[in-house]
Amino acid sequence: MSRTVGVLALQGASREHSTALEKLGATVLQVRVPEDLRGVEALVIPGGESTTISMLLESSGTFEPLARLIKEGLPVLGTCAGMILLAKDVIDGRPDQKSFAQIDIAVRRNGFGRQIASFESDLNISGFTSPFRGVFIRAPLVQSCDPSVETLATIELDGGVQSTVLCRQGNVTVSSFHPELTEDLRIHQMFLENLD
Amino acid sequence: MRVKRGLADMLRGGVIMDVVTPAEAKIAEDAGAVAVMALERVPADIRRDGGVARMSDPVMIEGIQEAVTIPVMAKARIGHFAEAQILESLGVDYVDESEVLTPADESHHIDKWSFTVPFVCGATNLGEALRRISEGACMIRSKGEAGTGNIVEAVRHLRSILGDIRKITQADQAELFDWAKQLQAPLGLVQEIAETGSLPVPMFCAGGIATPADASLVMQLGAEAVFVGSGIFKSEDPAPRAKAIVEAVTHYQDPAMVAKVSRGLGDAMPGLEIGELETKLAERGW
Repeated sequence: MSRTVGVLALQGASREHSTALEKLGATVLQVRVPEDLRGVEALVIPGGESTTISMLLESSGTFEPLARLIKEGLPVLGTCAGMILLAKDVIDGRPDQKSFAQIDIAVRRNGFGRQIASFESDLNISGFTSPFRGVFIRAPLVQSCDPSVETLATIELDGGVQSTVLCRQGNVTVSSFHPELTEDLRIHQMFLENLD
Repeated sequence: MRVKRGLADMLRGGVIMDVVTPAEAKIAEDAGAVAVMALERVPADIRRDGGVARMSDPVMIEGIQEAVTIPVMAKARIGHFAEAQILESLGVDYVDESEVLTPADESHHIDKWSFTVPFVCGATNLGEALRRISEGACMIRSKGEAGTGNIVEAVRHLRSILGDIRKITQADQAELFDWAKQLQAPLGLVQEIAETGSLPVPMFCAGGIATPADASLVMQLGAEAVFVGSGIFKSEDPAPRAKAIVEAVTHYQDPAMVAKVSRGLGDAMPGLEIGELETKLAERGW
């Protein structure tokens, strides 16, 4: 059965997520105001500028109703800025930056550095039989994860430390990279399959 | 290329604001800008003061980098690859090879492939856009006529670029060769447009945006984000105007919302008639 998935379209790369989800047979609704959430069975929060999206969530009145839905169990996938908006602790954010705080991780904004430090890397994702190409753009860095959070992929930092780049806790899945910027649909597929 | 254009993708649906001090950069970030363009003088002042306009002082760029958490862009003169190298070494997130500054080379743009930092370039028509992309630009913006507060040139450029893209999608194989010749652009890029119906990189609008309605207009015409130069800090009350333009870019399809944010913003920047200009910045670059 076709699922109806909302893509938060206040700012950022919402189009690529919509395209990926539509390729997988989902019906996609763009979400900009609270009324757009009607009928949405799952939601994607795309990459973009988390400070801007946070401000627009508030000014459009979407923050509160969406926070309630996520808390009540709405499945949500957040990529890059989406990860920041869902994380419990945000380091190096703006003091007035809002977060849904629905996954027990601490992330550092632009933790990998500025744009000249942006990169691609092959990732081994648990459950996938071949590597997934991860595109990291001014990406957030996961500083710590609560044990209740299931890490699905990590990346090795300088000094050999493994840092989480894809993880899940209950109805919330987040990645610090951009699965929507590659043709590989497996992460979107995993997200949709988990709705069943 | 994917990593370089990726940041442009993340800026879509946002507003990039010209700022000349760390304090202005803070105002821009507070208002919801997705990035700031750090420069010494906004285009309206460059136009008024004359003289050679160059890359900004590194101290000033670093001050702005310290002041905000959002991406910081900076401008290099057309063809001035040494300025671009300096900006890259400062860690700016995007370099704008810009006609707003005085060109340094009369026939060559910067070879942008040789840089790690991504570049945005202005264009007035599709041929110019495709030549910049073939040189390695990862984002194209309309040139418009910077520093005028007059949207007419940006509209002309957007309509020209997006109109030609629509025509190319209707062309047959033989006609594509002629399009490449007419546009003085690489055939491969023309063929790609025929297939995809869009530019291979994001297309933003710059040059003359002064009101939320201007932002809605260019977004409806097909721009994917907007640059606002003099339009904010040359207006009567910059902070609310900046925020209103951010809202208008997000809700551009909703006239009631654009009306709501347009209320009581004070005077927009005065603006200039294009026919009365001594220097047309858009004519710089080739």
